[in-house]
Amino acid sequence: MKHQKTYWQENLRLIFICLILWFSVSFGLGIVLVEPLNEFRLGGYKLGFWFAQQGSIYTFLGLIFWYGMKMNQLDKKYQTEQ
Amino acid sequence: MEQLTLYTYIAVFGTFALYFAIAWWARAASTSDFYVASGGITPLQNGMAIGADWMSAASFISMAGMIAFMGYGGSVFLMGWTGGYVLLAMLLAPYMRKHGKFTVPEFIFDRYYSKTARIVAVACLIIASLTYIIGQMKGVGVAFSRFLEVDYGIGLGIGMFVVWVYAVLGGMKGITYTQIAQYVVMIFAYTIPAVFISLQLTGNPIPQLGLGSTLADGSGLYLLDKLDNVVTELGFKEYTTANLGGTLNMCAYTLSLMIGTAGLPHVIMRFFTVPSVQAARSSAGYALVCIALLYTVAPAVGAMARLNFITTIEPMAGEPLTYAERPQWFKDWENTGLLAFEDKNNDGKIQYTANVSDNEMVKVDRDIMVLANPAIANLPNWVIALVAAGGLAAALSTAAGLLLAISSSISHDLMKGVLTPNMSEKDELLAGRIVMTIAILISGYLGLNPPGFAAGTVALAFGLAASSIFPALMMGIFSKRMNGIAAIAGMCSGIGITMLYVFQHKGIMFIPGTSFLGSLEANWFFGISPNAFGVVGALINFIVAFVVLKMTLPAPEHIQTMVQNMREPGETATVYHH
Repeated sequence: MKHQKTYWQENLRLIFICLILWFSVSFGLGIVLVEPLNEFRLGGYKLGFWFAQQGSIYTFLGLIFWYGMKMNQLDKKYQTEQ
Repeated sequence: MEQLTLYTYIAVFGTFALYFAIAWWARAASTSDFYVASGGITPLQNGMAIGADWMSAASFISMAGMIAFMGYGGSVFLMGWTGGYVLLAMLLAPYMRKHGKFTVPEFIFDRYYSKTARIVAVACLIIASLTYIIGQMKGVGVAFSRFLEVDYGIGLGIGMFVVWVYAVLGGMKGITYTQIAQYVVMIFAYTIPAVFISLQLTGNPIPQLGLGSTLADGSGLYLLDKLDNVVTELGFKEYTTANLGGTLNMCAYTLSLMIGTAGLPHVIMRFFTVPSVQAARSSAGYALVCIALLYTVAPAVGAMARLNFITTIEPMAGEPLTYAERPQWFKDWENTGLLAFEDKNNDGKIQYTANVSDNEMVKVDRDIMVLANPAIANLPNWVIALVAAGGLAAALSTAAGLLLAISSSISHDLMKGVLTPNMSEKDELLAGRIVMTIAILISGYLGLNPPGFAAGTVALAFGLAASSIFPALMMGIFSKRMNGIAAIAGMCSGIGITMLYVFQHKGIMFIPGTSFLGSLEANWFFGISPNAFGVVGALINFIVAFVVLKMTLPAPEHIQTMVQNMREPGETATVYHH
């Protein structure tokens, strides 16, 4: 039973990391910090505006695929142990 | 026949013929085919199907228009409707797939060992789904009446018939393959005009880059800076910084849409159609790729449409267009009543300004921006025809997914699960088809006679999903001890508080005059608008559930073992040997 507990704990740790990034990019950079970030530019985009309308969506995509990849590795690891 | 009308007929009926052919090829033979396509859909296929299922007439037609007029504030829709997939991929979909059942209420029944919980879940699901379908049916009717110049009611009838054929015949299997085709139609219809317009304005064919580029008119100005200048000159708020009710309201709005998205049963259901837990995770990723293709283009469509619209009405600063010289698209949309001009100072010119008493564009419906966009930019007729087919694909694909969620919750959860457990598989399949037919007739009727509250109900649907279904599912997976009584108490208080808040500000069942606090911003709880309140309901759901759990016994041992099993790696329960 012991290894199952660690599989779940490792999963929780991954979820925690992903959700911190998920939250800080969309709510942090896209909404709360939008005004200071708007002082910077990405081409014609104000940076905060870019995060709210483009950057956060790309971040979500990256997070889901990274999490899926990590979990597949974890599945393999615990399945071979069995 | 006019060239445009001819092209539109070809595009619309060509795509309909395609959907019928697919439905015939993929017709359902068993309940497993009918509800979950026998678990045999690949992640990429499922991603496209989820994309089409999720992106409704609201995403295709309304969203870019809302962004066009809200500017930066419109970001809540972009982030809210995509960020939910992160929650789905990490917090719900894999474990629910591991458990391996047909429907969301069935999962709630297993986890909370309670028929009451199942019935509460069915009720939430039906209210949320029916309100959504009304919007889709209206979209179908509008698209037909504008582009094919047939009566609204006849257009609605054709749409109902098309959905009926492939949804009733094919079930989840037919719907999934049809949605894949509809996704392709939709994404081409959305991006092709955007590419053309981006090329015209900035010389860059990729809309996401065009929005951040300089204008091709030789001025060297960035497109967004030009847009900021133009709208502030007319007295509107600056496009790239216009806020939506303050930072807290924007955060609450975004979070409500995110957890509402993750809690919508017709989306969650799609994750039961893939063969494994790994496939459920990657499906969420592919779904977001398919959705992001449209959602990252939408801000460009919105901003460029706004700019084109203003520069058409006012070609030079301070020199508005003469009404008699207005372009053909202007006249076409005036005929529909969605665009209206009133010459207040009788100078024959179109003064468009943020000042309500001087503004002569007395009606500019946001929904026309995407549909009128190709015409405003003088794009060829076949592009306009494609947009009509795309709008219909968006509305029909979402309607079909919602109908399936409704029919499965009634035939599988209510009839087979609660009322008549001895029903044979064949009878259940027949019941599913009959329920779906009835649901189509009801939604068609409501589309023809939309209740007064139709516009406000989308907020209610998201509020319900966010405040009831999402917390119940999440606690069921992440807390082994969570018991049935606590979960039901949580769901009921979450829904209760959300509905109370929406009704007190928007009227009971949205009937004007019954709102006892009025829709005044001053009365809003911490300035949170009713549409953004789902997250507060969800929070209350969590708190109530954990308080009740403290006072009652934790879930029995066999339930805790079941939850443990959902969390472990290994073989997935096969839905199709159910």
